[in-house]
Amino acid sequence: MRNAFAAKITELAAADDRIVLLTGDIGNRLFDNFRSRWPKRFYNCGIAEANMVSLAAGLALCGLRPVVYTIASFATTRCLEQIRLDICYHELPVIIVGTGAGLSYASLGATHHACEDIALLRVLPGMTVVCPGDSWEVSEAIGALLSANQPGYLRLGKKGEPQVHANRPPFRIGQAIQIRSGTDMALLGVGNALALSCTVADLLSQQGYSVGVYSLHTIKPLDEACLREVFSHCGLVATIEEHSRLGGAGGTVAEWLAQRRTARARFVTIGTPDVFFHAAGSQEHVRHAWELTPQSIAKQLVAAFHAGNSAAIHPTGSTT
Amino acid sequence: MNESCELGSTILPYRAARLRATVVRMSYYGQAPHLGSALSCLDILLAAYGGVLRVDPQHPDDPHRDRLILSKGHAAMALYAVLADQGFFPPAWLEAFNQNGGRLPEQPAPHCVPGVEAATGSLGHGLSIGLGMALALRLNGCGARVFVVLSDGECNEGSVWEAALFAAAQRLENVCVIVDHNRWQATGRSDQIMALDPLREKWEAFGWSAEEVDGHDLPALVSSLRRTPDGTGRPRAIVAHTIKGKGVSFMEDDNNWHYRIPSDAELRSALDELDCP
Repeated sequence: MRNAFAAKITELAAADDRIVLLTGDIGNRLFDNFRSRWPKRFYNCGIAEANMVSLAAGLALCGLRPVVYTIASFATTRCLEQIRLDICYHELPVIIVGTGAGLSYASLGATHHACEDIALLRVLPGMTVVCPGDSWEVSEAIGALLSANQPGYLRLGKKGEPQVHANRPPFRIGQAIQIRSGTDMALLGVGNALALSCTVADLLSQQGYSVGVYSLHTIKPLDEACLREVFSHCGLVATIEEHSRLGGAGGTVAEWLAQRRTARARFVTIGTPDVFFHAAGSQEHVRHAWELTPQSIAKQLVAAFHAGNSAAIHPTGSTT
Repeated sequence: MNESCELGSTILPYRAARLRATVVRMSYYGQAPHLGSALSCLDILLAAYGGVLRVDPQHPDDPHRDRLILSKGHAAMALYAVLADQGFFPPAWLEAFNQNGGRLPEQPAPHCVPGVEAATGSLGHGLSIGLGMALALRLNGCGARVFVVLSDGECNEGSVWEAALFAAAQRLENVCVIVDHNRWQATGRSDQIMALDPLREKWEAFGWSAEEVDGHDLPALVSSLRRTPDGTGRPRAIVAHTIKGKGVSFMEDDNNWHYRIPSDAELRSALDELDCP
């Protein structure tokens, strides 16, 4: 996803000389092409995220289109007030790009886990939150966010994620993309958990379930039409994300659902538990520990599909 | 623009007293705190708008204008009073300061009135926003300057020093910081809470060209603010020595006026002193 972002922002900058790229001293060589083509429109702002975000607001106040890029946990949590006041309060077209969604950088430890970023940014007035599921979605999303002319958060994984989309339907902010259709379950895959969602669907299909998969790439604004559709026609709907079950895609859909009485489907949120992971561990290791492997998720969904109480299936949140 | 303003004449000092009276009235009628902070930086704002900034109140969005950000947003009364007096908006609007539903909140909202460049109020944001503007102006080949008024208490915020380092690295010589150094912050002496001194030397150590000025000497302020970049690429910092509550004897250097609002008697007494009954 990182490489797709770098390639696309370089392409977009060729067509729009208002685009200025700010980085927080990461992305070694990633933006060499951008830098060499537009040295005056690339700034390594150092390890100083608060300054970088407010600086972006100042650039936007003078008509430029800044894009801020750093590690997701630092791009969001560390400078949340700067995003809230200097970008959102001023309604400025600044795009915050966080790389390392969820557990992408798991081995660096909880300092680099980004499992609360969606929750934090989606509550900011005027903020759009987009979590692309593969590199094609990344390319589409950055273009769409820049065209939207308002504050945006783009949540990237790392590199080497599988391509999910064989077909490339139109990408629109706030419009989920249906990848497979099915009537028993609908899986709403988010960002770097989209490929995982497809694997879960494969397993469930092998067990005889009819499973639909959607890329729920936009958490805000929410695709209410898609939600109405899946909650009306499926037996179970699940959000699957590498983000806390509190306040992320799952929490957002739950807020929406709580105000509706017509849902037929049972609802399950698959995500990270409300704890820090203290031990060493790769992304795969932490996913395993937190029951976020395809097998584990499939098992939880089957149990929920047949059970009377979906609350019973949440993993316990052990950190070992 | 202001090239012909009468520096050092009676005009600016006369305006300063009148604007102080306006600010005292705003605090009283709007029941708004931070009067001491507003009186502290009023001369800085008046010198900037009255004698330095290339801004046209009739064209407040001119992309080539100089910018001023009042980063210490809690002193907004002073900014509003000066902007109205410069003609950015009708002075009558000041009567609605801090009134429910009005356009002038206690701290500036985005674009609340013409002339307000940025919403401030949470300290430590304004300088970085100003650097973004300065960078954009440079990218656009525009020679305009960006002035940012900080409070000394605000220099507690780490983001101020992130910004200071960035500005020096990027040689943003079109930026000028003015620190309103009244040596008080909300609840105590600023140097006892955080070690600010030596403040001018701190800015110099961060790569800025820095100087000190009497923050109530209008001709000195104008002359200092007018000084153009010295060719070294260094951004400029002016440490303005000020008195919190300046202009009203019983408010001067009394930190209770960070939060206090004048009583009826105090209002009359203050306006008498300012010769604006």
